[in-house]
Amino acid sequence: MFNAIRQSARSANLVRATRRPANVASPLRAFPSVRTLVTKRYTQDHEAVVFDDATGVGIVTVTDYAQSSLGDVVFVELPAVGTVVKQGDQIGAVESVKAASDIYAPVSGTVKEINETLSTQPGLLNKSPEIDGWLCKIELSDAQEITSLMDDAAYKAHCEH
Amino acid sequence: MSSRILTKTLSGTVSQATKRATSSRVRCMATESGELRKTRLYDFHVENGAKMVPFAGYSMPLAYGSVGAVASHHHVRKSAGLFDVGHMVQSNFLGPTATQFLEWVTPSGLAALKPYASTLSVLLNETGGIIDDTVITKHAEDAFYVVTNAGRRDRDLAWFKEKVAEWNKTDLAKKEGGVEHEVLEDWGLLALQGPEAAQFLQTYTSYDLKELTFVCLRFPDECSQISIPPSETTEVAKLLSKGPVLLTGLGARDSLRLEAGMCLYGQDLNEDITPIEAGLTWVIPKARRETGNFIGAEGVRKHLKEGPPRRRVGLIVEGAPARQGAPIFHPTTKEPLGTVTSGIPSPTLSQNIAMGYVSSGFHKKNTELLAEVRGKSRNAKIVGMPFVPTNYYRGSA
Repeated sequence: MFNAIRQSARSANLVRATRRPANVASPLRAFPSVRTLVTKRYTQDHEAVVFDDATGVGIVTVTDYAQSSLGDVVFVELPAVGTVVKQGDQIGAVESVKAASDIYAPVSGTVKEINETLSTQPGLLNKSPEIDGWLCKIELSDAQEITSLMDDAAYKAHCEH
Repeated sequence: MSSRILTKTLSGTVSQATKRATSSRVRCMATESGELRKTRLYDFHVENGAKMVPFAGYSMPLAYGSVGAVASHHHVRKSAGLFDVGHMVQSNFLGPTATQFLEWVTPSGLAALKPYASTLSVLLNETGGIIDDTVITKHAEDAFYVVTNAGRRDRDLAWFKEKVAEWNKTDLAKKEGGVEHEVLEDWGLLALQGPEAAQFLQTYTSYDLKELTFVCLRFPDECSQISIPPSETTEVAKLLSKGPVLLTGLGARDSLRLEAGMCLYGQDLNEDITPIEAGLTWVIPKARRETGNFIGAEGVRKHLKEGPPRRRVGLIVEGAPARQGAPIFHPTTKEPLGTVTSGIPSPTLSQNIAMGYVSSGFHKKNTELLAEVRGKSRNAKIVGMPFVPTNYYRGSA
């Protein structure tokens, strides 16, 4: 489902780009001829990772399901940029009134970027857990690992189980 | 009393529940609850959409419907909430020497207590450690109503049995009459708390509840406790959960009690801690500190005389909340000074509050210390408690 959203967003951009004057940067310009595959996968522990096979980078988030069971998030602890992590390593924590919950690396690789906004606005994790409230970006050391995670249907079943 | 209901079980449950709060876990709890005790209100909770969790051997409501713990917390702060505390152990101590007996098993001044007045108290072991905290209500010189923690049920009841037997062998008991201990098994106990609670209760006591039997106790922390015979518990709960009053679960109860600076047995109190260390010296009247004719007096008086080695303090922690078990350090020498026993992000203050024990000398207000959370040091400053003051209800008791 997420793929579909991304694809339709791209085509919308494409249409707009053709109508714009040439000096406006098109989001497609960076990858003019590459159609990348973006995959979203989930862990049992309610992390999600959005993997782009063109960059080899996965954006790590907690799921909407996780944020709703956590309640109001007041603090988010993230790994340092450059940290090399293995799938399943504890890479941070999310604190709500209820409890501290560990965040585990959904994939192995190197932390390339963290969402600094969360240090001042931890509530973003409740408002937009899977988009604006992303946690960190991990460059995967093994892209195949992504296939070991649950897809959308499997995750939905996991939540309802 | 209003907040002494949580034990370690809950904190364990909640921390596991969050990240892995999948419905499978919820279902797993439901299966477990088959072996758990139920209060009279179990069906009432389920009908009202409660998420039931194991707590102190009981299946108890964590929260109701889609009302989150924080929203529920705020509602009790500004209006009123009803809590089922029927898992707690309700006892009567009856007999001509009931006052003297209870002044032996607790350090409280009960002879001076007026009829139908209540006091926070502690049961102490032989060395002055706290077996349990309790609220004692005097009905008369020879009749007291005592509420103790569900999590300490076995320990307390065995202790009472042993001490009553011992007491009834004394010359005083033989001469003037002994003491009988009666447990009010299966009775309901409700706590109605919040600034609108007293007024709401007022609207009922005259007429609507006249057909029902119940005992209502008022506490100075905007809290009333209502003890109800088994057959009428659900009916009273239905009546009292109307109007501004919302059913409130264990989640909000824990954050409310911690903001009020109240101890939770099993976390903030245990048998190695004396009431002096726990900052509960005030429960022991001056005359009783001097006479020392109660169980555990020696340990208590030693700490009074020499000063306790450690003290319970309130902390405000920067960054991540320091929760139960977080070590406390000196900011420059890094010397270990103590441990956090309870901690949460306060919904009212939007700051991380915690209580814990630190070595004497480091317990003064505004002392800057460090608390360690997941390997990182966080600034922790000692502050007075309660963290959030309650609007004291000054109506007739």
